[in-house]
Amino acid sequence: MLLRLFAQYSKPYKWWIAAVLLLQLATTMATLYLPSLNASIIDEGVVNGDIDYIWSTGGVMLAVALIQVVTAVGAVYFGARTSMAIGRDIRRSVFHSVAGFSAREVNQFGAPTLITRGTNDVQQVQMLALMGLNFMVTAPIMCVGGVIMALQEDAGLSWLVWVSVPILLVVVGFLVVKLMPLFRTMQDRIDGINSVLREQITGIRVIRAFVREPYETERFREANEKLTETGVKVGQLFVLMFPVIGLILHLATAAVMWFGGQRVDAGEMQPGALTAFLQYLLQILMAVMMGTFMAMMVPRAMVCADRISEVLDVEPSLHEPAAGPELPTGEDGAPRGKVEFKNVTFGYPGAEEPVLKGLSFTAEPGKTTAIIGSTGAGKSTLLNLIPRLYDAGGGEVLIDGVNVQALDRNTLSKAAVAVPQKPYLFSGTVASNLRYGKDEASDAELWDALAIAQAADFVRDTDGALDMPISQGGTNVSGGQRQRLCIARALVARPSVYLFDDSFSALDVTTDANLRTALAENIADATIILVAQRVATITEADQILVLDDGEIIGRGTHEQLLEGNETYQQIVESQMAAEEVA
Amino acid sequence: MAFKTKKEQEPEVELTEDELNMKLDDGFGDMAPPRKAQHFWPSAKRLLSLLAPEKVLLSVVFGFVAVAVVLNVIAPKILGMAMDVIFAGFVGAQMPEGVPQDQMVAGLRADGQDDLAEMISGMELVPGAGVDFQQLGLIIAIVLAMYFVANAFMWGQGYLLNKLVMRVVYNLRKAVEDKLNRLPLNYFDTRQRGDVLSRVTNDVDNIQTALQQAFAQLVQSALTVIGIVIMMFVVSWQLALIALVALPLSAVAAGIIGVRSQKLFKHQWKATGTLNGQIEEAFSGHDLMKVFGREDDALKQFDAKNEDLYKASFGAQFMSGTIFPVMNFISYLAYVGIAVVGGLRVASGQMSLGDATAFIQYSREFTQPLGQIAGMANQLQSGVASAERTFELLDADEQDPETADAHLPERADGHVEFHHVSFSYSAETSLIEDLSFDADPGHTVAIVGPTGAGKTTLVNLVMRFYELDSGRITLDGVDITDLSRSELRSKAGMVLQDAWLFNGSIMDNIRYGRLDATDEEVYAAADATYVDRFVRALPDGYDTVIDDGGTNVSAGERQLITIARAFLANPSLLILDEATSSVDTRTEVLVQQAMNALRTDRTSFVIAHRLSTIRDADTILVMEAGRIVEQGNHEELIEGQGAYYRLYQSQFAGPAEDPDAVTDSIPAV
Repeated sequence: MLLRLFAQYSKPYKWWIAAVLLLQLATTMATLYLPSLNASIIDEGVVNGDIDYIWSTGGVMLAVALIQVVTAVGAVYFGARTSMAIGRDIRRSVFHSVAGFSAREVNQFGAPTLITRGTNDVQQVQMLALMGLNFMVTAPIMCVGGVIMALQEDAGLSWLVWVSVPILLVVVGFLVVKLMPLFRTMQDRIDGINSVLREQITGIRVIRAFVREPYETERFREANEKLTETGVKVGQLFVLMFPVIGLILHLATAAVMWFGGQRVDAGEMQPGALTAFLQYLLQILMAVMMGTFMAMMVPRAMVCADRISEVLDVEPSLHEPAAGPELPTGEDGAPRGKVEFKNVTFGYPGAEEPVLKGLSFTAEPGKTTAIIGSTGAGKSTLLNLIPRLYDAGGGEVLIDGVNVQALDRNTLSKAAVAVPQKPYLFSGTVASNLRYGKDEASDAELWDALAIAQAADFVRDTDGALDMPISQGGTNVSGGQRQRLCIARALVARPSVYLFDDSFSALDVTTDANLRTALAENIADATIILVAQRVATITEADQILVLDDGEIIGRGTHEQLLEGNETYQQIVESQMAAEEVA
Repeated sequence: MAFKTKKEQEPEVELTEDELNMKLDDGFGDMAPPRKAQHFWPSAKRLLSLLAPEKVLLSVVFGFVAVAVVLNVIAPKILGMAMDVIFAGFVGAQMPEGVPQDQMVAGLRADGQDDLAEMISGMELVPGAGVDFQQLGLIIAIVLAMYFVANAFMWGQGYLLNKLVMRVVYNLRKAVEDKLNRLPLNYFDTRQRGDVLSRVTNDVDNIQTALQQAFAQLVQSALTVIGIVIMMFVVSWQLALIALVALPLSAVAAGIIGVRSQKLFKHQWKATGTLNGQIEEAFSGHDLMKVFGREDDALKQFDAKNEDLYKASFGAQFMSGTIFPVMNFISYLAYVGIAVVGGLRVASGQMSLGDATAFIQYSREFTQPLGQIAGMANQLQSGVASAERTFELLDADEQDPETADAHLPERADGHVEFHHVSFSYSAETSLIEDLSFDADPGHTVAIVGPTGAGKTTLVNLVMRFYELDSGRITLDGVDITDLSRSELRSKAGMVLQDAWLFNGSIMDNIRYGRLDATDEEVYAAADATYVDRFVRALPDGYDTVIDDGGTNVSAGERQLITIARAFLANPSLLILDEATSSVDTRTEVLVQQAMNALRTDRTSFVIAHRLSTIRDADTILVMEAGRIVEQGNHEELIEGQGAYYRLYQSQFAGPAEDPDAVTDSIPAV
């Protein structure tokens, strides 16, 4: 997956990558050439007492060092450029894919994991690309080049390379293999202790109310001990790493001196070549070590790449026409907004039973249609079909006689606007949030909407009023305020169809009542479809649909249903204490 | 209603747990720019003082480091001697046997080969003899032994330091957790939960890393640099000067590049933050983006920000990436200088070849610890910043110490009285003023009023979550401040709107109410509070683990579990917060019935939303803007036609004229 991802996204940058490779090759060659030059200073210059040779070779070394730095900087330039561009492109693909998702796909993944995939996972892959181009490419070049150069200096000592490299690989590999699962355990333990602390902070009232501080302290002590224990274990292994690597390098050095000394003695090798060989061997071993450490990044990035690919591979279930028909308007040119469901069915993928089973109803402009039923009855699903967050599996959803699937997004979003169950605001200001549905809305329009939504007072009372900053998600205002701002946002858009999905739940009772009165007065012409948990919210609706198990099992006004519908009666009854009904 | 100021802030504005988890788990922890400590040195000093109890072990650690560094630094010089032996053997073998060294030198001089003569005269060689393997073997054996000991000591110090640091951090974590238990509740109210959480988790982790890695490395690297400099001067002060010229050069280069890349990194972090924010928003508000037809807009914005990030991160990565090659280049300059000057000096006999090779090794080992010092300094800085934040938490004011000397019988009557109670979160605005009332044993006190009126505060006072400004609250005639907090709270039970359960089985969560309860007692409590029915339907029954996402148990069911928990605790006094969240209607009934069961025969304070609860209450406290504006029972208050009457009219009565005719209307909340 990781390779596929890289292969696909590095294609546009193949020339840049070629440049990186070329430059890295040049850098490595220059790096490797330096000890060889140093060797000839010793063997040619020092041994023969040739001072001029020493000076001229020194000049060559300087030139080589210069080439080395220039090519290295060049490699960094193209490496950074390529990896960041790959990261940018993958991030872009993820974002564009998710933006094209329907609610079905978003819910399948869940927003938090999509966010992690779009941010952190891409980051990881991008870092691997950077490290790969900067270091991982160099390691094999250095290895191969080092071996060639070492052989050139003295083939007779080459067996030292073949012995020391595998030993280093085995030892470092062994430690890494042992450490990796321990690191994971360590992370789990850290998560464990953090989750205990998180619970202690979020549940502080309950803990104190039940006087469970000692119990929590005990729980914490256990987690802390486990963490410390693992930490000590990881540490014990980890601190072995560098001394052991050091020892291997030093053993190799000693071996070169000893065996090299014998070869010099036998006249098979020059002393300068010996020092050069030593440096090459150390460079090879360092490259092997680097490569091994870099390889540790790969598994993590692979997981990230898999998670990214999962997102990119999804075929969105929603296809929107680029251009669709206009919606017909009324005689006065105003939009109408009649919503019709014709034998609509809907099932979630993988679910055995459909959520909606052949629903038909009509919601007329100027009327309020309320939907009630227990959790899981399909109320929210039904609402979501209208703005095409989901597509109906069978049957038709029509606005003013046009199937919503034929409409382009622009027309559809002007016609029907939803206030979702979970109120969500974007970072920005009150005004920027309110204008989300209508960029060109004037301040006066915003204030009107706020007034209807019972939010004008608190907005006016805060510093900045319409310019009051809103943090991401709207977490800097209370739940009730957030809900009212969401309602105001829908009102600014002035659609012909309003969809309220249990949108008054966080409001205190007075505000709720005032808001419903104001809505009735101000958006009298619009179609309102409203999902509610509580009977009180819907008693005045023109039409109430009782939904049970995906079917409409009753429709009519509050009074009609109270007389003739058993389920409705049950719901009403269940919401009142026994003595009140009696 | 205005936005709540900080002082009267109730926890509802804070992040939900899900949002909190998301913020914490998003993995950007390592992406954030290192925080700067405000008072670096005092905080650093205090961080070090954490290690004070371990000073004996710590000095052993440093002793080990010192030994290892000294051996590591001397070894190349000895290894250089091995080189000399080989070189002497090499040169000696080329000379005719039997001719003494001084005669050779004289001969060379006569030939005009002065330089060679100089070099040979400076060497210890036996003409005609090859490499002295006995000596070479001895030297190599010594070097190996030195390296072996050095690495053993390195390992030993790492081993000890790790244990030591883990112990110190263990104690720090413990101290932090203990502190959490002693902090007054308003510490948590006035701060973002995420912030407190990050102090006790991320910051402590950060301290651990700093102590474990940066601290020892810093000492080791510094010692190594000093050792190498000394050795370089011992071997050849002329070459040492050349090597040291490179030092300011690298410092300047690193400084220039460092400062510039720091700036660029700041850009990158900012761009990352903005873009990630945009991604989070677009994905969290995906439905809205669709419904309002904002997709194209979002794509356009994203592409622009993504391009910004690309430019910023490319710049930062490139700039920071050049440090390595540039530093390398400078070290190569020194290398070339040493090779040339060293070569000249060896050729002229002023220096041995072994010393020259040893010097080359020194010069290369020199730059590495320098780079490490720079990196570790950064990490240490962020560790100190974290330490500062953790110390702030440890230094925060604690709740008043206990002055408990009174006790109540096992089963309290539950007679609660407020005598002229005043309370405020801050000096400027009083929240509750001169409040007096009397809740008789077994009575229900309903507290009604709009959000933010201070209802939660009132019940929190009964639990002594906050200390009064003046006045007294008594339980069965005893001032609650004369009781220990634990005794007071063990007499009381609480069911909050926010159905907090911990990450454990349902069984354990219910048993949380009374830890020594038998399984049968837990089942009985579950049965009485309608928990049993749905738990039996779960595949794992009572062993079902409540997870963070709460996917397996609905909101209403969670609420029922919290009621069962309070039921099991069997308190004399009860505090209930009636839920206003949207719970499925059928579960809702169960919740209400369970709460009624719980209230029987106990003094109860109920933050009430249901008409039935309110009407049945023995006392109704009507709160508005932090004051109790009315108190009495339902009939009295209706009679009085005051605030309660208006509230009742608007909320429960709807358009109906006659309050008695509206019994079929449910308070919508």
